[in-house]
Amino acid sequence: MEQRGSFGVKGTGDTSGYGGLVRTKVNPGSSERPYGSYFDDVADELERAFPQFNEAIERVVVDRGELTLFIKKEHLFATAKALRDVDSLRFEMCLSVSGVHYPEEKDRELHVVYHLLSMTHNRRIRLEVALPDSHPHVSSLVEVWGGTNWHERETWDMFGIIFDGHPALTRILMPDDWQGHPQRKDYPLGGIPIEYHGATTPPPEERRSYR
Amino acid sequence: MTFDPYASTRETTEGTVYSVTGGDWDSMVTEIGKTKEERVVVNMGPQHPSTHGVLRLILELEGETVTEARAGIGFLHTGIEKNCEYRTWTQGVTFVTRMDYLSPIFNETAYCLAVEKLLGITNEIPERASVIRVMMMELNRISSHMVALGTGALELGALTPVFFAFRDRERVLDIFESASGLRMNMAYIRPGGVQQDLPAGSVERIRNDVKEMRKSFKDNATLLVGNSIWMKRMKDVGYLDLAGCTTLGVTGPILRATGMPWDLRKTQPYCGYENYNFDVITNDSSDSYGRFLVRVEELEQSLRIIEQCCDKLDALDGAPVMVADKKIAWPAQLALGADGLGNSLNHIREIMGTSMEALIHHFKLVTEGFRVPAGQAYVAVESPRGELGAHVVSDGGTHPYRVHFRDPSFNNLQSTAAMCEGGQVADVIASVASIDPVMGGVDR
Repeated sequence: MEQRGSFGVKGTGDTSGYGGLVRTKVNPGSSERPYGSYFDDVADELERAFPQFNEAIERVVVDRGELTLFIKKEHLFATAKALRDVDSLRFEMCLSVSGVHYPEEKDRELHVVYHLLSMTHNRRIRLEVALPDSHPHVSSLVEVWGGTNWHERETWDMFGIIFDGHPALTRILMPDDWQGHPQRKDYPLGGIPIEYHGATTPPPEERRSYR
Repeated sequence: MTFDPYASTRETTEGTVYSVTGGDWDSMVTEIGKTKEERVVVNMGPQHPSTHGVLRLILELEGETVTEARAGIGFLHTGIEKNCEYRTWTQGVTFVTRMDYLSPIFNETAYCLAVEKLLGITNEIPERASVIRVMMMELNRISSHMVALGTGALELGALTPVFFAFRDRERVLDIFESASGLRMNMAYIRPGGVQQDLPAGSVERIRNDVKEMRKSFKDNATLLVGNSIWMKRMKDVGYLDLAGCTTLGVTGPILRATGMPWDLRKTQPYCGYENYNFDVITNDSSDSYGRFLVRVEELEQSLRIIEQCCDKLDALDGAPVMVADKKIAWPAQLALGADGLGNSLNHIREIMGTSMEALIHHFKLVTEGFRVPAGQAYVAVESPRGELGAHVVSDGGTHPYRVHFRDPSFNNLQSTAAMCEGGQVADVIASVASIDPVMGGVDR
């Protein structure tokens, strides 16, 4: 992705003199072995204990001292179970589930992010699953970690991601009859255009500093 | 029964729904007595005084026994995570501090540590800034535990402890006020360090406060620890063992009360916690009383850490409290004036009168903010309620792309059903008090 100018301003709006500046945004790419730290051990153990490892793991990213395993959604449940049950892995806690919306990534718009903790081995890893906006389904992990129940409800509420097999996937933070999923990037911010002495203030999302 | 719009009866497909507003209990009991149904579903909250803010508990009762308990949340949802996406990285601090309003310093620290991790400047944070962060966190832990103990006792009908607790809490809030100008939601921790150095004489004052608090903590301990009424209400109530905690992702004093010595300050230290001497308090009773004891004893450990911070601060007197990189450090030298915190007059004089470049730099950094390289980071700190995690995603811009807070109360509150079902209605109050949920953090 590319960004031009300061504040993301186009046309004559730029008064900073930096209109010609071009910045390319690069997300950290896949990592190659050795990953460093305990990450190689985690990958090795998972590969040994989990036969479909190569199919299930899309890519591995080691960035800023954190390990992220990108998992194909069909294999999420089995991978999660292996991560919890295998003695040498023992990720007995799933601390957080949340979503991130990347509208530019075609057919991978919605990401679900899981943060796992192993108290036995004092390790943390992150799982990430990418879903197409057209079919935002992923299997629920409530059977593996009961604590993901509310987190998945929140992710459904905020992003519209459907967790198949969840015991009661209902809204949790927004009112039950709310329309839309507020944390998505395409969700309108609202606000009212204000007019004062002929000058108008656009609604928040159209103001240049918010772009 | 006469018609009363505020205390009425209506028929639904689920059965008769009674609205009770207080003072009309007798008529409701007579009404219910007429039916053969033993099962009653009661809404406790969202405006019940003992539900810690606006928590709705849906209880299914058979007589006095709770057969099913569910928690309804979302009444304090303020969209802070979404708001952060439309503000600069530094402004985000002002938002996140308002999530769990009883532990603002922890929210700020978790967020700032995550931003610093994304920036790759974790090792460049000045030592004095880290020591101040640790000291502020431990002071905040005391003030937060004070609310947990004080209001917890209040909910069970003990009126005195809350006065002692809030007296001690005031002491901590006064220290916050002297350092940042604000008593709550201070936005004192900033990406790169802290907003400003402690005012002159702070260390001596805090040392004195620690001495005073150590004495005054005894008041509540004498009242409650071993008190037979207190123990009857708390002991074996709200039982949740280690297996329950693990599957539900419950952390903090609840987890430590199952005998598991899991404290991120020891197991995964941050901000230099590995350089302090303190003990991880555990208890193996897995009940409300055990959690209460863990909190009481953690107070003394916090005081120990604060004393060590004071010694370190003496040795680091005059050292910087903000990262040296001027592209990140907030340019305004803030000063505490008679009307609160603001830009220091010397700084204004310099940028307005002497240096055009300094003015431009100030303007750019304050209005546009700094850029953070793309990627994601998750940082967890041990808040008074357990693991507080900040998952921060950047797309390389001047605003966060996504900020998600893993608030400990959110997870811990899920254990309400496990703790309350099968117990008495009165035990629900004791159990929820022992979870110590803060709804601002749960709903964000």
